[in-house]
Formats: sequence, structure tokens, C-alpha cells
Amino acid sequence: MNRRSVIKKSFFAAFPHTLPIFAGFWFLGITYGIYMNTSGFSFLYPMFMSLLIFAGSMEFVAVSMLLGVFNPVQAFIMTLMINARHLFYGISMLDKYKGTGLKKPYLIFGMCDESFSINYTAEIPIGADKGWFMFFVTLLNHFYWFSGSTLGGVFGSLLTFNTEGLSFAMTAMFVVIFMEQWLKEKNHISSLLGLSLTLICRLIFGAESFLIPAMAAICLTLMLLKKILSKGDCAQ
Amino acid sequence: MTLTQKIITIAMVILGTVLTRFLPFIIFKSGKPTPACIKYLGAVLPSAVFGMLVIYCLKDTSFLGGSHGLPELISIALVVLLHMWKRQMLFSIAGGTVCYMLLVQLVF
Repeated sequence: MNRRSVIKKSFFAAFPHTLPIFAGFWFLGITYGIYMNTSGFSFLYPMFMSLLIFAGSMEFVAVSMLLGVFNPVQAFIMTLMINARHLFYGISMLDKYKGTGLKKPYLIFGMCDESFSINYTAEIPIGADKGWFMFFVTLLNHFYWFSGSTLGGVFGSLLTFNTEGLSFAMTAMFVVIFMEQWLKEKNHISSLLGLSLTLICRLIFGAESFLIPAMAAICLTLMLLKKILSKGDCAQ
Repeated sequence: MTLTQKIITIAMVILGTVLTRFLPFIIFKSGKPTPACIKYLGAVLPSAVFGMLVIYCLKDTSFLGGSHGLPELISIALVVLLHMWKRQMLFSIAGGTVCYMLLVQLVF
């Protein structure tokens, strides 16, 4: 097959996977745009921030930072903490992103929760290229978030139909991805740890600060279980 | 905040985000073999992370007050059932989302 048809095939393989993200990102993006709009920012802010930061929850936090006192060091540290989960994604994608050439920096730059989840779990059909598939997943997601945020910033106040609950598409997507991973794996120890440890940390630390303790607990427990989970073949 | 201060703040957020995304790839260069520990984590982490993300999505759901998280629980149960039945990603997600929207707009 020639290069052009491989790229085309990769695009059409990637597109359906991104549809739930389209629903979720447009809803959240428009919400974010409206939020910035009503906080007194021009649409240029959500436009550039969605394009250059491309980390949904962080951008909502950034609005409150911009409304507060100027404190760049705190902004930097807070960003590192909120986005620390990306380190997990990076470690998981070290092999998958190998051999993707010039697309690799963009794949890493655009590695949001959703792009990571799709690129990690999706089965790439025969005839499509892994690198291009992951590139289009990332690009489409980036575009949905960018267009939603910008539209929200421009037309925010004019929206009338009742979209309440539409963002559940994201939750539903993560449930499905969790199930897909569940059906694939040999044992469910890690899946169950992820659910239970995060839930425990959410109960102890509250909705705003449970993610870091949860990640630490997950890492620590998985390292302790290394002998069992890797069946001893990975001892150093 | 002045415009310059706003731009610096946004630049800090961009820098922090980019750093968390690129760091593993910088530390574990693809030329050299990845340490066994990191390889192990890379293999077992995703399952836990997907579990973590499911809980993360529900972090603001209150099970004590309001609707007691019933719309969420019912819709997630539907997603699971639909997915076990057809195993069509979009179908399961669309079914769960429509169910949730109807529940929060009309019932609860």
C-alpha cells in the first residue's frame, strides 16, 4: 500500500475512537470558554490556552490563578502537581511512541488523559500505521478542545439548549476503557488497586487533593507487589 | 495582574505541563534500555491508572447528599451492561450518556 492510503486508513481508523471525546471536549471546552468569558477574559485567552496548554482541568485552575495575585512560582509548582499523572502516562507510552519519528514530540505534547487512554488501548487495524493513528487521535482531540474552548469564549453567552449531563460521556468512556483493559489482562490486581486506592484517598484527602496521594499509593503498592505481578522475571 | 504578568503565568502553566509530559521520555532515552523497574511500572500501571481515572471522574459526586450519586451509578451500570452485551465502545458510551442526561434533567 502506498503512503497516502496508509495515512488515510489511519485517519479513518482513528476518527471513530475520538467521537466520545468530541462530545466531552466540546461540552467541557465550551463550558471553559464561557467561564473565561464571564470572568472577563477575551476569547483570545481560551483560544491560546487550549492550544498551548491542552490540559483541561489545569486550564480551569489557571483561570483562578489569572484572577488572583501574580505568583509565577506557585503557578509552576501547582501545574506540576496537578499534571503529575502525565508522568505515569509517559512511562506507559515509552515503548508505544518509539519509532514514530517526527510525530513523536507532538504525540508527547498532546498526551492528555483521553489521547493516552485511546492510544494505549486501541487495536490498530491492518493497513493503518501506528504512528499516524496515534497522531490523528492526538490531533483530533487537540482540535476538539481548541475549537470548543474558542467557540465558548466567542459565543458563550448565546447558548440555550439544555446540555446538562453531556460531560458524562467522558466518565462513560473511561468506564469502557477500564473494561477493555480488564478483559485483556491476565490478572486484575492492578485494576482493582487503581480503583480501591484512589477511592480510599478520595475519602481521606477530599476532592481537591487526593490525586497525588493516590498516585503515590498506587506506585508504592505496585512496587511492593513486583515479585508477584512480574513473576520474578524482572528482578534486578 | 498586568498583561505581562498574565502571559508569564500562562507560560508557567505551559512549561509545567510540557515538563510533566516530556520528562519520562527525556530521562529514559529510547536509545538506551529502559531500567527493569520502569519497564515493570510501564506494564502494570495503565490498569491502575484507568481505575484511577474512573474514580477521578466521579470525584465531585456526592453520595451522602443530593441525588446520592444515583444518576452516576445507574448510568455506569448501564454502560457496563451495554458493553458486556455488544462490546461496541460508542454504543455503550452513547447509551450511558443519554441515560445520565435524562436522569439529571428529568428525574433528579
